[in-house]
Amino acid sequence: MLIAILTDIHANREAMTACLAHARERNAQRYAFLGDLVGYGADPAWVVDTVMDYVARGAFAVQGNHDIAVTQAASKHMNPQAREVVEWTRAQLNEEQLQFLDKLPLTQEHNNLLFVHATAAEPKSWEYITGTLEAVKSMHATRARITFCGHVHEPALYNLSPTGKVSSFVPTGDSSIPLGTQRRWLVLPGSVGQPRDGNPAACYALFDDVTHELVYFRVPYDYESAAAKIRAAGLPQSIGNRLEHGR
Amino acid sequence: MSRLAPGMVIDGFRVEEKLHKGGMATLWHVTRVDGKQDGDSERRLLMKIPILGDNSDPAAIVGFEVEQMIMPKLTGIHVPHFVASGDFTGQPYIVMEEIAGKSLRSRFDEAPLPIEEVVSIGIRVATALHDLHRQNVIHLDLKPSNIMFRETGEAILIDYGLARHDKLPDLLAEEFRLPMGTGPYISPEQVLHIRNDPRSDLFALGVLMYHLATGERPYGFPTSVPGLRRRLYRDPVPPRALNADIPAWLQELILRCLEVNPAKRHDTAAQLVLDLQNPDQVKLTKRAEKRVRDGMFKVARRWFRSIGMEYVPQQSAATQLTRAPIIVVAIDLNFGSEALAESLRVAARRVLQTEPGARLACVTVRKTNRIGMDDLVDREGRNIHVKHLVGLKHWARPLNISAEKITYHVLEAPDPATAIIDYAKVNAVDHIVIGSRGSSAFRRYLGSVSSEVVALAECTVTVVKTPGSSSQAGLQAVMPPPPGETEGAQAGTMH
Repeated sequence: MLIAILTDIHANREAMTACLAHARERNAQRYAFLGDLVGYGADPAWVVDTVMDYVARGAFAVQGNHDIAVTQAASKHMNPQAREVVEWTRAQLNEEQLQFLDKLPLTQEHNNLLFVHATAAEPKSWEYITGTLEAVKSMHATRARITFCGHVHEPALYNLSPTGKVSSFVPTGDSSIPLGTQRRWLVLPGSVGQPRDGNPAACYALFDDVTHELVYFRVPYDYESAAAKIRAAGLPQSIGNRLEHGR
Repeated sequence: MSRLAPGMVIDGFRVEEKLHKGGMATLWHVTRVDGKQDGDSERRLLMKIPILGDNSDPAAIVGFEVEQMIMPKLTGIHVPHFVASGDFTGQPYIVMEEIAGKSLRSRFDEAPLPIEEVVSIGIRVATALHDLHRQNVIHLDLKPSNIMFRETGEAILIDYGLARHDKLPDLLAEEFRLPMGTGPYISPEQVLHIRNDPRSDLFALGVLMYHLATGERPYGFPTSVPGLRRRLYRDPVPPRALNADIPAWLQELILRCLEVNPAKRHDTAAQLVLDLQNPDQVKLTKRAEKRVRDGMFKVARRWFRSIGMEYVPQQSAATQLTRAPIIVVAIDLNFGSEALAESLRVAARRVLQTEPGARLACVTVRKTNRIGMDDLVDREGRNIHVKHLVGLKHWARPLNISAEKITYHVLEAPDPATAIIDYAKVNAVDHIVIGSRGSSAFRRYLGSVSSEVVALAECTVTVVKTPGSSSQAGLQAVMPPPPGETEGAQAGTMH
């Protein structure tokens, strides 16, 4: 089965549309959304409706820190800009959409795959996996052979060998990577709606759970329109501007 | 898993006889019994099975994983054709094409070999390496036992257990603290744990050619890390001191492969092929005339420098290759106009400016008769070949390119387009720049050399025109333009 993994969509309709169309062309059979459906972007309602529709048809979806934030009182830890967006986003969503975000599980498992927004070690801590140290902690915390997670907006791939050695890899291009059954893997597809590795193209990944082949994709999309909508909505300028630079 | 025995069937392959047992794996001849066809059903198949035991070396397992990852990605004549692989959850294996004959190892006992054979092996192995590097893979364990040959002569590189693919995670990098490679062949940078430079394979090829040409190993057969590190500061005995038959140009090339700093080696295997195929154009340096090893003072200085020496990892096979392309400018010495000659120079200069590591090969074709004898001298008694060379150098002089970056070639063939296309293929050329002399009605019927090159060459072709040359044609409205030529544009690049 070919699974499309999309994470950190952040209410970016243009990026999500481009990734979904790209995955459909490649005959993706199932979808997984790893949280942070909203926040930053100008189309939270459309994105939540779309994910609800996919979930009704069998897609996996887990909760991200931005999703829970819009359903709750603003956290003191959030920076002022993020809080402003959270409040704007909440106003865009109806009760059903807010309920959906609130009820999302923190993790979902399927055979030996685990879907989680941040680390598997303690999903609610929202710890960022930025290096091998955090990656090892997450891989040790689950029985699943392959973990898919988001939260960090840059694509990466970690693996843990049977001898306990961990290594990291930054995928380039769209060549398929076989995830050998000898080791554990931690897959970060990178962000759909807010890529931050200097390349504005949207990130997502396709995984075939029969052949164990993983492919990272970069999908070009109309980020100028997405940025213009953010500015038009009165959201902070910088959020729109960074889409054009992928930073 | 029970022990493997003849007659057992694994995933549709029946195990026949055992061919070889090495330290890390056993090789079995297998036949397909699942009825599936794999292209050529006549092909003999080989199954490689890792030796796994309680006290087996983790290197054997990881090396096998690496080979399972990389082999399915490889294509072409220089690698064994991959058929299937079995996962570690069951019986791990790789099924691939079985290659007939012996590895190059069998020739080493007879070294020193005749110089022509050393050069021929060098060309074939370097050609195979370039094909591998183009596929984003660095072999990192090139040695005689990992080189075989097809009946048609092409080298095949086997055993990808230490290889690295630019676009796949490097499972070996983090796994082991000791340098990975084979004592005599391992490059200085591999000793320092650098695994992302394709020029490491050129070092190993240099060791191999040195051994074949002299009968001696340049760095012996060290087995300890200090022994391996010696090559960071101690230079080998110059090959000609061991075998006086070795020409200066070959010593130049071998010692250049053995440079400690990869940046001093050839940029790509294709550039080494070009040199091995054109001995008279090899630019000789101090390496060519070296008769003895460096003095103790020099070695001691290098030794001090080698302490704590680390390379900055910034490489990959792909980046190194794009940085150092081979560019051919196909020049018709009967330009008809100085304007076209200048347009070609402008185009060549542009390519060289964007890729400072590029090498320029200026090529012209001297048309020969299909049947009968060709004159070697013209009516004035001048050597025709030399006359062409002089013409090429005259064309290139205004470009002001340093001698080691430019070569000149007069091809002799009845059909210019075919000669240029073949030349590009044999020398792994990345880009052809060719002039087009506008489009007369006559040319449109017969087809021009440039359009044939555009249609049939396997690399990028840029067709250069002079402004206004197409407007001379009278039949534009009636005849379709020849394939690949951009109408009216000064230069059109086809990718």
